[in-house]
Amino acid sequence: MSLPFAIIAMLTIAAAVAAMSLRNLVHCALALTVAFAGLAAAFLQLDAQFVGFAQILVYVGAVAILIVFAVLLTRGGEAPEKTVFSASWFWGLLVAVTVFGALAWAITNSFASQLAPAEKVDATVKQIGDALMTKFVLPLEVIGLLLTAALIGAVIIAMREESSKTKIEDGRSKIDKTVPPSSILHPPSSGGQQ
Amino acid sequence: MTPLAGYLLLSAMLFSIGLAGALTRRNAIIVLIGIELMLNAANLNFIAFWRFSEHPEAITGIMFVIFSIGVAAAEAAVGLALIIAIYRHYKTTNVDEMNSLKG
Repeated sequence: MSLPFAIIAMLTIAAAVAAMSLRNLVHCALALTVAFAGLAAAFLQLDAQFVGFAQILVYVGAVAILIVFAVLLTRGGEAPEKTVFSASWFWGLLVAVTVFGALAWAITNSFASQLAPAEKVDATVKQIGDALMTKFVLPLEVIGLLLTAALIGAVIIAMREESSKTKIEDGRSKIDKTVPPSSILHPPSSGGQQ
Repeated sequence: MTPLAGYLLLSAMLFSIGLAGALTRRNAIIVLIGIELMLNAANLNFIAFWRFSEHPEAITGIMFVIFSIGVAAAEAAVGLALIIAIYRHYKTTNVDEMNSLKG
């Protein structure tokens, strides 16, 4: 096991544990960003440059900001005074530990752990673009449709109910209830007589 | 180079941490963060198996991860919008208190 991989793995796991266990939600989001960056470094180490930089752009750039906005919009920034763990935390932890045990046992006993890496791989952006435009053009179209639908759906879900109607009514009532022009010309206080 | 088992163990560890967070925390945003961690662990598995495969010149592993990142981004956007809508309705993000679909 090489030293860079050990450093990346330790950093990523420590950041993931911090993201899952800290009390303050903003700190959790920042720790999650570090974990995503560590994963991007692991991708780069595996000679997948494009995916590594896409990970930085999408996760460190977009998803982390989205989570911070959600934290601020739901007033979750303040740490709760009670416990942060749910009522069934023991069973959840037990399930997670069991899953890790099963996965680790399977990995150490499988033939895949003896595989040797390919000598030299070069997945250039040109190759990826060629594949996206020829062999994977239908999945590309589908993912474009999915992202558009998800964007519109997210806006509709997060929109306040009957927001357009109330907005128009709010505007009208504001116009109606503005201070009548006479009171602006003749303010009740005596200061206007100077 | 690090053997494949190292990357797979890192991925399994991240998946378990995400699963533990999603199952034990009370805040819905942290649950969503745990799900994102699990998706990323799966992506690391795809890339590791691609790198150690016999034909890495067929870049299917990379393609799978690119599409997976796209789907995960859509999931994060819709999930956070749902959390904001639920917060507006119930005034809480505690998953223990969100126990009815019909408000």
